[in-house]
Amino acid sequence: MTDAAARFNPSRRRAAPLLPPRDARDGALVFVVATLCFLACLAAVAARGADRAASGWRTELIGSATVVVRPSASETADAAAARAAEALAGVKGVAEADALEREKAEALLEPWLGKDDVLKDLPVPRLVSVDLDPKAPASAADMRRALAAAGVDATVDDHSLWLKDVLRAAGIARAAAIGIAVLIAAAAGAVIVFATRAGLAARADVVSVLHLAGAEDGFIADLFVARFARMAAMAGLIGALGAALVGAGLRALGGGEGLTPVLPLAWSDLLILPVCPVIAAAIAALAARATALRLLREIT
Amino acid sequence: MIEAALDDAPIVRFEGVGLRYGRADEVLKDVSFDLAPGSFHFLTGASGAGKTSLLKLIHLALKPSRGLISLFGLDIARMKRRELPMMRRRIGVVLQDKRLLEHLNAFDNVALPLRLAGRKPADYAADVAELLAWVGLGERMEAYPQALSGGEQQRLAIARAVVNRPEILLADEPTGDVDHEMALRILRLFVELNRLGTTVLIASHDESLVSGSGRAILHLEGGRLEQIPPARPS
Repeated sequence: MTDAAARFNPSRRRAAPLLPPRDARDGALVFVVATLCFLACLAAVAARGADRAASGWRTELIGSATVVVRPSASETADAAAARAAEALAGVKGVAEADALEREKAEALLEPWLGKDDVLKDLPVPRLVSVDLDPKAPASAADMRRALAAAGVDATVDDHSLWLKDVLRAAGIARAAAIGIAVLIAAAAGAVIVFATRAGLAARADVVSVLHLAGAEDGFIADLFVARFARMAAMAGLIGALGAALVGAGLRALGGGEGLTPVLPLAWSDLLILPVCPVIAAAIAALAARATALRLLREIT
Repeated sequence: MIEAALDDAPIVRFEGVGLRYGRADEVLKDVSFDLAPGSFHFLTGASGAGKTSLLKLIHLALKPSRGLISLFGLDIARMKRRELPMMRRRIGVVLQDKRLLEHLNAFDNVALPLRLAGRKPADYAADVAELLAWVGLGERMEAYPQALSGGEQQRLAIARAVVNRPEILLADEPTGDVDHEMALRILRLFVELNRLGTTVLIASHDESLVSGSGRAILHLEGGRLEQIPPARPS
């Protein structure tokens, strides 16, 4: 054996990786996938916020009612409102009924009538605010019967007139948010698939050599599955971390109601983000395996 | 399950084989020949005559459009896809473009078929080093392909093709881009391998190399094969 051969002791070294080391193409792939994962994560967080907002609107509308009391000539408005509240409190499905004071009723009219003395001359109706049991709310008919039985002339507004519209709007907002999140996630998945295919096609020379040397299809495919799954997981992690930072920042800056009352974010919304790298890796693994096997079938 | 071939059966048999790419005309037409175990043949013909296509059919990179091909006594049309890798390991191939992996050094390039066969580095290290020395690359085991000359790359490709002692060695224009002296040296490697029992088929259009070898020739012209027996020494 020559000196050079003696110096090079192959039996003491580890076998070199069969795939080439990463190159610039892999960096670009990670960047693109990380960006899309970031957007998909933000969309998912926003979808959860929209879902929470929609649920909140529904709960608020279903969980309350307003009763307008018209006093009879024989009693004061305050007394009529108090009787109405008492009658409503006994209805099954009513959690609480509070008669609003005249000042509060006037405050509700202020935006339209101002603070002038005109309010003192008007027969301002008294309002009773009713909180309903959210699990089994009392119906408007139940409350009307109770008020009639108590001899109170009143109108029950259980928000049913506009509840339907608000619920439809909330449903649309929820569906739109989820749809956007799914669309971006699907786009991210498609990019992972295409990028994986492109990356694998760029290494078709390696595939053909391994194939020629007698490697089994599954063996070759698994080399690429491991490589691309790792890359996609890293990209997914970067995207998820970015989205977590943005989400946390918005939540922290947004105060108790999150970003805005319309789109409330919660800390718990960020808990969905760790699934991103897992999904990205799974998509990349499936895409790499399918592409490698197809490429091998094309070779023969 | 791949069954062992009979000892006296041809190691390669073509019967009325035709090959076409897509809807184009056939590049191989009614090709029939046998390669006996331990034989040495040259495959000649002009560029585009179908030499590379014929070699691809033997190393299972293509399927024939028609006809029968049997390797080691087995009809390849009846083989399942999962059986093909084991079959390929019995065939060494030296391609015209060499197909060396540039991210692997000479040692790892040669060791590739052994790794794929499941052997550990400690088991094959000595064999690979010995083979590299045999092809004259004992000093270049750590060199990467791009640092090797054309002749060295060719010898590296040959070493990789024969490291797992294949029963057939196919070479496509192995002396295409080396000088005559290196071509003779490479040819001597093939002769030595053949002497050790490997069936050799070399595609070449190097007339001087082929005519002086005294070996049987399979000549392709217009997609048809003609068998030319070895020339008798004058």
